[in-house]
Amino acid sequence: MDRVSNAQAATMPVEFKLNGRTVVGRADETIIETARSHGVEIPHLCYKPGLRPDGNCRACVVEIKGERVLAPSCCRYPQDGMEVTTDSARAVASQKMVLELLLADMPEARHTNESELDQWARKLDVGLPRFPARHQPRADLSHPAIAVNLDACIQCTRCVRACREEQVNDVIGYAFRGEHAKIVFDLDDPMGDSTCVACGECVQACPTGALMPARGVGLAAADRKVDSVCPYCGVGCLLTYHVKDNRIVQVQGRDGPSNHGRLCVKGRYGFDYVSHRHRLTTPLVRKSGVPKTKDFVVDPDHWRDAFREATWDEALDLAGKGLREIRDRHGKKALAGFGSAKGSNEEAYLFQKLVRAGFGSNNVDHCTRLCHASSVAALMEGINSGAVSNQVSDVRNAEVVLVIGANPTVNHPVAATWIKNAAKRGVKLIVADPRRTELARHATHVLQFNADTDVAMLNALMYTIVEEGLVDEAFIRDRTSGYEALRENVKKYSPEAMAPICGIPAPTLRTVARLYATSKASMILWGMGISQHVHGTDNARCLIALAMMTGQIGRPGTGLHPLRGQNNVQGASDSGLIPMVFPDYQRVDNPEARKRFETYWGVALDPKPGLTVVEIMNAAQKGEIRGMYVMGENPAMSDPDVDHARAAMAALDHLVVQDLFLTETAYLADVILPATAWPEKDGTVSNTDRMVQLGRKAIEPPGDAREDLWIINEIARRIGLDWHYAHPREVFNEMRGCMDSIAGITWERLERDSSVTYPCEKEGDPGTPVIFTTHFPTATGRGKFVPADIIPAAERPDRDYPVVLITGRQLEHWHTGAMTRRAGVLDAIEPEPVASIHPLDLAALKAKPGDVITVESRRGSISLYARADEGTPAGAVFIPFCYYEAAANLLTNPVLDPFGKIPEFKYCAVRVTKGGAMPQRLSFGGGQAPLPAPAAA
Amino acid sequence: MNDRAGAATPARKPKVRATLKGRQPQPQARAEVRQLLGDAPRRRDLLIEFLHRIQDRYGALADHHLVALAAEMGLAMTEVYEVATFYHHFDVVKDGAAAPPTVTVRVCDSLSCELAGAKALLEKLPKLLGKDVRVLHAPCIGRCEQAPAATVHQHPVPNATVEKIQALVKARDLSHPAARDRATFAPESFIEPLDTPGPGSTVSPAYVGYDTYRKAGGYRLIAECLAGARDAEALMQKMEHSGLRGLGGAGFPTGRKWRIVRAEAQPKVAALNIDEGEPGTFKDRVYLERDPHRFIEGMLIAAWVVQAGACYIYLRDEYHGCRAILERELARLKADPPCALPVIELRRGAGAYICGEESAMIESIEGKRGRPRLRPPYVAQVGLFGYPTLEHNFETVYWVRDILEKGPEWFAGFGRNGRKGLRSFSVSGRVKKPGMHLAPAGITVRELIDEYCGGMLDGHRFYAYLPGGASGGILPATMADIPLDFDTLNKHGCFIGSAAVVILSDKDRASDAARNLLAFFKEESCGQCTPCRVGTAKALALMQQPKWDAPLLKELSQAMMDASICGLGQAAPNPILSVTKHFGHEIS
Repeated sequence: MDRVSNAQAATMPVEFKLNGRTVVGRADETIIETARSHGVEIPHLCYKPGLRPDGNCRACVVEIKGERVLAPSCCRYPQDGMEVTTDSARAVASQKMVLELLLADMPEARHTNESELDQWARKLDVGLPRFPARHQPRADLSHPAIAVNLDACIQCTRCVRACREEQVNDVIGYAFRGEHAKIVFDLDDPMGDSTCVACGECVQACPTGALMPARGVGLAAADRKVDSVCPYCGVGCLLTYHVKDNRIVQVQGRDGPSNHGRLCVKGRYGFDYVSHRHRLTTPLVRKSGVPKTKDFVVDPDHWRDAFREATWDEALDLAGKGLREIRDRHGKKALAGFGSAKGSNEEAYLFQKLVRAGFGSNNVDHCTRLCHASSVAALMEGINSGAVSNQVSDVRNAEVVLVIGANPTVNHPVAATWIKNAAKRGVKLIVADPRRTELARHATHVLQFNADTDVAMLNALMYTIVEEGLVDEAFIRDRTSGYEALRENVKKYSPEAMAPICGIPAPTLRTVARLYATSKASMILWGMGISQHVHGTDNARCLIALAMMTGQIGRPGTGLHPLRGQNNVQGASDSGLIPMVFPDYQRVDNPEARKRFETYWGVALDPKPGLTVVEIMNAAQKGEIRGMYVMGENPAMSDPDVDHARAAMAALDHLVVQDLFLTETAYLADVILPATAWPEKDGTVSNTDRMVQLGRKAIEPPGDAREDLWIINEIARRIGLDWHYAHPREVFNEMRGCMDSIAGITWERLERDSSVTYPCEKEGDPGTPVIFTTHFPTATGRGKFVPADIIPAAERPDRDYPVVLITGRQLEHWHTGAMTRRAGVLDAIEPEPVASIHPLDLAALKAKPGDVITVESRRGSISLYARADEGTPAGAVFIPFCYYEAAANLLTNPVLDPFGKIPEFKYCAVRVTKGGAMPQRLSFGGGQAPLPAPAAA
Repeated sequence: MNDRAGAATPARKPKVRATLKGRQPQPQARAEVRQLLGDAPRRRDLLIEFLHRIQDRYGALADHHLVALAAEMGLAMTEVYEVATFYHHFDVVKDGAAAPPTVTVRVCDSLSCELAGAKALLEKLPKLLGKDVRVLHAPCIGRCEQAPAATVHQHPVPNATVEKIQALVKARDLSHPAARDRATFAPESFIEPLDTPGPGSTVSPAYVGYDTYRKAGGYRLIAECLAGARDAEALMQKMEHSGLRGLGGAGFPTGRKWRIVRAEAQPKVAALNIDEGEPGTFKDRVYLERDPHRFIEGMLIAAWVVQAGACYIYLRDEYHGCRAILERELARLKADPPCALPVIELRRGAGAYICGEESAMIESIEGKRGRPRLRPPYVAQVGLFGYPTLEHNFETVYWVRDILEKGPEWFAGFGRNGRKGLRSFSVSGRVKKPGMHLAPAGITVRELIDEYCGGMLDGHRFYAYLPGGASGGILPATMADIPLDFDTLNKHGCFIGSAAVVILSDKDRASDAARNLLAFFKEESCGQCTPCRVGTAKALALMQQPKWDAPLLKELSQAMMDASICGLGQAAPNPILSVTKHFGHEIS
């Protein structure tokens, strides 16, 4: 304790003797670490860098002069003058005996080729064990991703520490005692029946193969290992692909700044979608005479119903000609493009450049519109920057963390681990959400407030802070403007008056307000629960005001972090895939900015902001937009009221879709261009933490699928742009010339470091993890308070539709499911469409968990299976939008927040009834995706 | 892009996940658990207490209750499960599986009881008692002078016979008989050999209650301390001069321990170890059953000297009578305190020898598995709840008042063969008068047998002895003249530990004793470190061979002694080495 409490002493050099040699270590560095850096190897099994050393296996014992017994070098720190011997006969005898005892209990058939026990036994020349073997436990093969073979378990508890201390999923325990001591899941349940979320951290931690990827896929040696970055969420975990015969056979976490080796179930086991038989491998052209209609269900196995194969030349010519003709005949505003937050920065940049320079308008948008547009609108208005002020892992420096409208254990699983780690270390965690989610268990305060009452609750917090004099006067004076108006406005919102509205008792509101305001460092993280409302911008305004009035921004451990959803939604936005701004958020209606880009690109540019996602759909419906180029997005699944969106896209004269699969959107296309998956190309992505990270090509694309950058370039050439981009590096260098925030990042540095934090304006800058430390990037340097009043949701429950529908995502499935429902493990874990509903509500319907229920709104109706979930508030139903069999967005309300133009995905009125048609499964989903198997010999 | 139109998916039954992943708390179980917990704070350190409440009420820990308890406490299910399965006295049963019978008979089969016929009881009882009664073997229950000992649920059966057990089962007489509190008692009464209580069959001797204790001058000393009439420094010096050492077995000088903990920063706590589990040891029980307040006052004085703000008393679960006494007397003390009291909490073990190890006990008080901690840091620096902790064995603080009142010279004035002080020997085995004998430190085993134990049982010839319980090794009768004290036995590969002396006769074999002890260690190993977890199991397997592989056992023993985390694993090989050294004829 003294050691820890005295940080300085901990780093003091310590001189001690190691095997007779004088060495210099540190008071906070264990003997095994110092020994390693001096070239002295000590056997070890339970010790793994990154995990808390536990000292239980005793393979690393060493002799310390003057001590009665041997000491575990993984847990002992050197002291001045200490004499340590790692290779004395006495120490080696114990080291070898430990290995021999463990070897005696190993199964003959190993489950891994890289058993650390075998490796050490070989190094120390431990022969055949002389002891009888234990009675061996049976294998547990109940989980689709992980095989549990405890006959190879050495009880080192690395998996326990990985599960409990690192990921804090708290599934694995060490139960029973003595020789019966055993690794268990929950109550010694089969892993597949347990609360395991299959992050696989235990597998990565296991030294002997007792926990391994299922079906022996880990036994095949990889041909190559390729370092890259995860294609799923905005956390941006670095990883390593293990490739054999042009197939990814395994994924391991890599020590990146946002994940430090950790991954979640999608990142680790969701890689095989790239080799699913539904991959588009050749360009397709719509058969003449096949009409487009909004009413369809896509079965990718039946693609011939509507399409025929084409050569690349034919398809590209057709695609380009259609777009060109609409532009030339109906004007520049008749075209629009949707880029993708799943593509690279370089692709996003080129795509928006193609629309702006080639189509001639700013009608370019992407799914940021559906996730954080309102957050960004509020942030731009208040502090003129949409970027996060602090990185997620900065929660470790916080005293209070407020997570609101976010379910990070599901949607940002690795980010959630940092929050849980912080909570375990005593950081006070406040979780505010209408749904009680897994993170709540780690919280000191859980505010399960009534859906749609964010502003009421947040204003009540601000009321308390004002009333009790907890504001940061100096911060308000020096760094903000408009405080008086805010102060006057919140006077209407006392906690006592708001308690009945938001459902949180006034004393709790006051306690939380005090906690947040008075801590040394409070950090707010939020997600789509804040943004996807008609008052999403107001919600975010309140959070910004909360931070500014208490001075809780601009220092380590304190600030604002809207958790980004897609792996590259930050980068796609930075790169200008937004109708109002050029790259780096330079407004299109700012003449200076426009001039800069007109000069840089050598074309005239439209000074008017373009249309947003839902506006484009509306314009298409009205015939104002006649042609579209959609790259890697699936609005026919992801837009609100998809019936309407599908009708709009069906009405287009010409639709070009570039994707991996025959998505619902692709089904309405005239030309489909088979593109590459993330592991099939090079490129950079930017994560929620403002880190530009390099993805590397690991495998060749299937068939004649082509790299997206090449496809964009070819389309551009066919609509009159003379482009010759051959490699993402060239695009990235062009971007640096017009995006000051990344001007200092070189491709070479990315190749070396894999990850660079920005702003990084000059080459060699280390990057800036905490921003807004001295001022906000506004004209005056001040942040602006914007008061907000209560605006109810557009569609409140009534007698006909008495239940609130909340939509969102689930852990295993990514967005519309195009990728994850084609990944064997993910599809096996969550095969069927479900609606989460409180068990009492379910009982009131006279239905049992697992029964089919029908959920109906004014816009549509779906049937799916009921899942009992005590965390879902009474009177509400939660449905993930990834299931084509029961597409949640058939029900959602397409009304928009007036500022962010984001639809109200988090709230609409439905009615729920028992029964209905069983969801109709087509050729994917429902557990059909083949589970990864060992690569063919 | 596979052209597989028509590859119709076969008819299927959807694999619907109807609930969230894993077990979910059931409303009824949740209500039952809530009722049992009442308004107790849902603190993690109370987990074992809560598990006791469920076990006591329902006779088992069913899965649905564990799930509900986890939800109620905000713990992960596995955190509850790994604790519940660690302790012998919790019966974790799968939902749907049969609950254990309502009555459990535990027959102690540790060495002294095995010598006295525990095996025969274990063989006969199941058939005689029938299906409604579960018969389990138990590690030492601390009644070695009453061997063979058993318990019918919580009712101890000294000198157990099939008939006695049957009668209690039949009468469903399952509780520990209550004790009267009107006795007068002074520890000196044990000093005179002739006055020592014999084996007896009483399990509830009368004890000194709060009023009697105070009337006889009790709690005056602690009141003086708090009133400023005593000087902590002077008290520490007295303790140092008395030579009192830790009587749990490790023998750390008491005065020095106080000085070390006193020098640590506040907050500090005290932890009192009454997890008397070393086979052969029962001295703490003998004192506690008769004179609880002398212990409590000693604890309060020690806590005052080191400035500990809270005292946690950890009592082994087997001592149900002692628990009743302590609960009652602590309540009386708190109701009418002689002076300001620190926080005093009584915690109940759950059946785990390892929790007698000081850091394992701390883990257990924190509501966790009894898993010894690695040292450094020492518990005096980082102990219970991370605070500097004064940890003492029961008997150590039991002597504090007498030493301070009578002076250190009084205590140091006892002794024999050049040694100083008093030792409470728990003697069992083949002697006429087994029991707790308070004798001068340094007495030899021959003197102890002859002067205090009435000699060997008729028909038995002295063959060998264990000087310090299961861990202290085994010595032959030819070495019966070694003074018994701290440090005197080390050169023979043995130690006195908690002064539990077990006497073997020519009817016994040291190798059988060693096997019994290794079986005990194997069962009681916490399972944390390889040398102990795997080592005890492999050693026992080798010892079950007719001929021991002595060189391999020796090699294994050395690694266990050198590389185990705690005293259990380090001392477990002592019986093996003793047998190979002194009783080689038995195993070759």
